Amino acid sequence: MTIHWFKYAAPTTFYGLAGKLIPFFAWPSAILFVAGIYFGFFVAPTDAVQSEAYRIMFIHVPVSILSMFIYLIMAGYAALGLIFKTRLSSMMASALAPTGAIFAFIALWSGALWGKPMWGAWWVWDARLTSELILLFLYLGFIALQASIDDPRRADRAGALLAIVGSVNVPIIYFSVKWWNTLHQGSTIKFSDTSMHVAMKQALFLMMAACWLYTIAITLVRVRSIILERERNTQWVSELEEVRS
Amino acid sequence: MNKLSLFDLLALVIHRDLLLALRRRADVLTTLVFFVMVVSLFPLGVGPEPEVLRKMAAGVVWVAALLSSMLSLARMFSADYLDGTLEQMLIAPQSLSVLVFGKILAHWILSGLPLVFIAPVLGLQFGMSFQSLWVLILVLLLGTPILSMIGAIGAALTLGLRGGGVLVSLLVLPLCIPVLIFGTGAVEAVNTGITIIPNVSLLAAMFLFALVFTPWVTAQALRISME
Repeated sequence: MTIHWFKYAAPTTFYGLAGKLIPFFAWPSAILFVAGIYFGFFVAPTDAVQSEAYRIMFIHVPVSILSMFIYLIMAGYAALGLIFKTRLSSMMASALAPTGAIFAFIALWSGALWGKPMWGAWWVWDARLTSELILLFLYLGFIALQASIDDPRRADRAGALLAIVGSVNVPIIYFSVKWWNTLHQGSTIKFSDTSMHVAMKQALFLMMAACWLYTIAITLVRVRSIILERERNTQWVSELEEVRS
Repeated sequence: MNKLSLFDLLALVIHRDLLLALRRRADVLTTLVFFVMVVSLFPLGVGPEPEVLRKMAAGVVWVAALLSSMLSLARMFSADYLDGTLEQMLIAPQSLSVLVFGKILAHWILSGLPLVFIAPVLGLQFGMSFQSLWVLILVLLLGTPILSMIGAIGAALTLGLRGGGVLVSLLVLPLCIPVLIFGTGAVEAVNTGITIIPNVSLLAAMFLFALVFTPWVTAQALRISME
């Protein structure tokens, strides 16, 4: 039996596959999220240094990590779309961008809520905070550029070029901000290397997995909408059950 | 047709752009006036204490330079796009990257270089010392071309789009942050009496990096926008 590796690279076939896959990511995500919240807020012990306020970590850490990682995945898909002209890759990149932007925003917001009790300020110009903010700007630029181009082909390719330029720039921005910060003042708070309690680690792991699965599920939902929107004039879309009814 | 060398080509593009700008001097001057105005607004906003002003002078000049270079970016390709010249450039047998590099250079001469000359005067208004003024001139000389080069990518990507002016700032400003940081860092260093070498070297590295890649990337962006 030969395997057709590229069968699902076509939006037509991927549309159905994505529809079948969504429940397998969405439900575990919901269950893990509930479990993670329960472990994080009720099982994990109170922190010795930060008391109860540290619990915001269970939201903050997964979304921060993912917001950075999604940018790389997005740029990767965008590059694939630009190089091989595979439409689905570009659609995936557009589908990932809003999730990344939302995660970056939540990371900043929860960071501010965490910073107030810990550092006594909603915002400090720490290297990590600043680069996360710039990351949010990069996402918004990508979304704004794609939104203002009507021709989807040009939108895909222009967005891809921007995402690639952005990802080349991300390390430069990160280090420049880091050095800028250390030049001015030392980091106000350093996280001590105390070993984490097992229950905290478990809760963090659960939340991490929940966010991953959520990202995959929501991206598949979004890419299905994008496929429908772009292929609305084709025969196969008009023959779909959900479209006919 | 006799064959053009790359330098002839470059000189041709620059000469043409400068000539066009000379015929419409107001465009160039507006950018410059905008720069001076933004810088002059800061003392009015934060108060006239000399100590505060001296500390923030370099930052203010850099932010104003960033903003005013954004202002002129939308014009980099739009006139050529509208009258069809850009299309001719795309199908020309010569390298598009070189043509684009010529346009970037012309843009810098028109919008970056004047800032370098006028910045020391504004620096004096802020009470900067002569030593830091020299450093400011040096980093502006290194940094403003980077702004033009990165900006060219944004200008090419947003060619002919609605709301192009605001959009190009949204795309380009985050990418320009390192220039701002190292540019002000060098002046800060000389003010506090430490060596400026690290900041200037990093800025020079970024300059070279941008010099190699941005004309090509901009050319690709133009092809995407024009197809």
